[in-house]
This record gives sequence, C-alpha cells and structure tokens, in this order.
Amino acid sequence: MSFFAQLDLSVIGPSLPFIWTGLLFTVKLTLIAMTGGIILGTLLALARLSPIAPLAMAATWYVNLMRSIPLLMVILWFFLIIPLLTGKPMGAENSAIITFTLFEAAYYSEIMRAGIQSVPRGQVMAGQAIGMTYWQTMGHVVLPQAFRNMLPILLTQTIILFQDTSLVYAIGAKDLLKAAEIAGKNYNRPIEMYIFVAFVYFVICFALSRLVKHLQSRIAIIR
Amino acid sequence: MSLLVLNHISHAYGHFAVVKDLSLKLGEGEIGCLLGTSGCGKTTVLRLIAGFETPSEGRILLRDELIATHERQVAPEKRRIGMVFQDYALFPHLNIAANIGFGLRDHAADKANTRVEELLAIVGLAGLGHKFPHELSGGQQQRVALARALAPRPHLLLLDEPFSNLDVELRERLSLEVRNILKQTGTAAILVTHDQHEAFAVADVIGIMHTGRIEQWDTPYNLYHRPATRQVADFVGQGVFLPGQVIDRDTVAIELGMLKSQLPLECTQSCMTCGKGCALDILIRPDDIVHDDNAPTQAKVAAKAFRGADFLYTLKLASGAQVLSLVPSHHNHAIGEHIGIRLDVDHVVAFRQIA
Repeated sequence: MSFFAQLDLSVIGPSLPFIWTGLLFTVKLTLIAMTGGIILGTLLALARLSPIAPLAMAATWYVNLMRSIPLLMVILWFFLIIPLLTGKPMGAENSAIITFTLFEAAYYSEIMRAGIQSVPRGQVMAGQAIGMTYWQTMGHVVLPQAFRNMLPILLTQTIILFQDTSLVYAIGAKDLLKAAEIAGKNYNRPIEMYIFVAFVYFVICFALSRLVKHLQSRIAIIR
Repeated sequence: MSLLVLNHISHAYGHFAVVKDLSLKLGEGEIGCLLGTSGCGKTTVLRLIAGFETPSEGRILLRDELIATHERQVAPEKRRIGMVFQDYALFPHLNIAANIGFGLRDHAADKANTRVEELLAIVGLAGLGHKFPHELSGGQQQRVALARALAPRPHLLLLDEPFSNLDVELRERLSLEVRNILKQTGTAAILVTHDQHEAFAVADVIGIMHTGRIEQWDTPYNLYHRPATRQVADFVGQGVFLPGQVIDRDTVAIELGMLKSQLPLECTQSCMTCGKGCALDILIRPDDIVHDDNAPTQAKVAAKAFRGADFLYTLKLASGAQVLSLVPSHHNHAIGEHIGIRLDVDHVVAFRQIA
C-alpha cells in the first residue's frame, strides 16, 4: 500500500476546534511579540543612535547578545529564570510572550535603526529649522518615514516570528504545533496532524509574504 | 540696528579650519549672499547661523541676542531661523499643506489653515495643498520649501544653494521670484551659492568667500567695479590682468595705452605707497575693450564665443597677452583676423604685481 493510501484525513475534522485554540495562541503570541517588539525595538534603535555613549553601548550590547544566542535557549532560559526572579510560577504561555517580545525587539531594532538612518539628515534639520525639537522631529518626521520605508521588512521579520513561535513547543505552551501534536496523539494519527499543521503554516505565511510583496510595490511608488 | 551679526567666527572640522575669523552684519529686511566656490566654507557659515554647528571662536547675535558662542548655543529650533535646502528636504509622507503647516503646530487649527492658504498663494501654488511632494516638479517643490520655511515668520531665512537642482531657465525665474517674495514679506535672508548670476539677481549685499574668509562684503555693483582683492576680481565677472606701470598719481601705462582714471588711482592692495614706476596688474573687463574698425591698435582674434546679442572675443595683443572683449554680434569676425580695438576704461582697478 502506498503512503498516501495509509493516510486517514478524516481525523482532522473533529480536531479542528482544538487545533483552532492552538492557532489562536500562536496568532496572539505573534501579534503581541510583534507590537511589543517593534515598540521596544524602536526605543533600542533610538538608544543605539543616541549621542549618550553609555546608553548606546547598553543597547548595542543587548541587541548583540540577543542575536548571538539561539532562540530556543532564550526560551528555555526565560522559562526557568523569570519564576526565580518574580518568585511565582508564570506559566508557559506568559513566559513565551515575554521571551518573544524581548527577543524579537533585538531584530526589530536593527530594522528600525536602518530605517531611521535611511531618512536623510536634512529632514531633521528641516524640522528643527521650523521650530520642532529633536523629539518632535523624531516623532513626526523621522519615525513615520522610517516605519513606512521599513514596513515590508518589518512584516517579513514578523513572518519569521510567526514560524519561530512553534519553538514554544519546547516549554509546553499550547500553540498551533502543540495542539496538533496533542490531537495527533488523541487519534494516534500524528503524521496526518503534522501534515495538516504544516499546511496551515504554509497558507498563512504564503499569504503574508504576498501581502509584503504588494506593499513593497505600493511603497516604491510613494518614494 | 543690525539683525544678524557674526563677530570673528571660526570653525574647524577636526584640525581643518573651514571658517576663519569671519565677520559680517546683515540689516532688517536685507538679503545677503555668500558667494564662493565649493569648499570655501560658505555652507558651514550657514550651518553655524542655523545652529547645526558650533563655532570654535567668536559670537553670533540675532536681534542683539547672543545665539552662539563656543560654549553657549541656542538650540536651532529656538532661533526662529528658517532654512531652505538644496534638496528641498520636504517631508515625503505629508501633503503640501501639512508640509507648510508643519511649523504652525502650536497655532489654532483655523489660524494655521489661513496661514497655509496665504503662503500657497504667495508662492503661486494655490489649490495644490492636497498634493504630495513627489507629485510636484522641482521648481514647485522648492516653492513649497520656501513657503514652509516662511510659515512660522522667521526672523531670518537661510537658503542653501536653493536653485542648483533646477534647470537654468527656471533658476533665473525662481531666483527673481524668491527675491520678490522675500521683499514682499520683509524677510531678511542669507543665500549661499556658487553662481554669481543667482547672487546678483537675489542679493542686496554679497560676501565673496575664499578659503574660509570673506574677501569683500559689498553691493554687487561694487564687487564688480571695485573689487577689494585679486580673488574678488578674479571670481566676480570676467576679465584679465594686464601688466602696467605707474606714471603719476592718476595715470598708468599699459600695452594698450595710457589709462587716465577719473577717480584717484585705485590701488587697493598694499600699493598705496607705490610710487612712479611701480609695477601693477590692471584688471581689464570685457566691456573695457571696445571694438572699433578705425582704431589704430590691432589685435588678433584667438577665440570667440557667440552669446546671442554679442560675441565674447578672446584677443591676442602684439605682446602675446590676451584680453577679452564684448562686441555686438553683427560684428562677426573670423578667428585669426585682426580687428581694431580701443580702451574705454571708466575707472582703474589695479593690484600690486605678485613678485
């Protein structure tokens, strides 16, 4: 009998509600880590570009550190360390959210730094010459442009983030992958579930990358 | 009262001195210009006035208020000095009206809107407020940049090579327009350029900059007709130096004859003490040499450039020295031909010969 003939796809239907809860967590984790990561990343980028040397150095260190350690290790570390620091257990889901936000901030900060540097210095001078302070110019002139210029790359990073969230499997958080695994065990049909979940990842990521492509061409016109 | 005073300003990038002991004064409503080749330090002076650089020595005062010394700097945004940039530096994510209104954020919305409309009308872009910068031509973008800089009613406007990205025709038209707008709004300004036509068209008073110094701060007329230094004479307008010898207090002999000056001999650079027989270089402008078929002095046409209304001839004298002559274009002579010329010098500009 061939491989495909052995598959029993009928187990997917009844598992959908359960897998759906896993997908919801994956999406929630992605959205929170993206939002938090971009905000924190922007602050880190501003710190790295700041003339205040200790601040720039601290931010640089943070970014380099996060980017030099495997994500899986960071996930495990935070999962073990945060309860020690706070003195109470916090659960795999919350730990994952905090970890991803802090980790992704390092990557988003590099993107935002490039974005800020892509805005010509004349824009800052133009803002100041009309009476705006450095921070007003940053907020109304530089960051909006940096964000717009970098939007496709920020979204590409978010697609990677979406895929990376599957690593929370390691600490037992119930994400899309974990849900599929549990469902697979329930029906003793792991291969079908893994194939299905791969399909779900693919559809979402592919749709997002088409969106990025579309955005890129639109933004290219505005520039 | 002077609006802007630069008092013995110096500035260096590292050990490289870009601005050296520079002083100037600009009156209310006056349009000044810093004219010089690239690298002469003129843009740095602008940036010092705007507050984007700190002088290493000297003081800058705006309306009698100290805005910059080497230890105290008023922040650029607090100086009320507007700036127009070479690349316009419009905000690409905002439409024209928002660009112009950007400096009016602390105004009430309706007041800001009125001001934006007023400025759009002044710069001739009424009705285009909803467009985005990339939808406008270069000339229109520079008008927006001007309107944006004028919106908060600055005490002083700085223009950094504002027309150099535009084609020649538009450059001439816009430079006159900008002068009119500045005069109409009573805004004092300093323009930086390397183009003397632009400087002459826009400015009331021009400073010729050379290696970080102002050689002469004067009216365009005086710069052309009474250059204070050899660099100014060289840089402003066309002309050549011919060797001459002092005969007496108001007569100089050059190859083309005696120059009797109606004015006392202008011997502005260190040769006041120079007496009879002293060797000078005499500045001869193209309009000092008049083509006259009946003139006894002959010169050979070495080169010619057609300029429409006239020819600019390069003429070789008997000694081999060359002079320039501006001749109405119906006098079309071939290269190599000998033509009659005579001197028509209204006043003598002379510098001591460099040994």
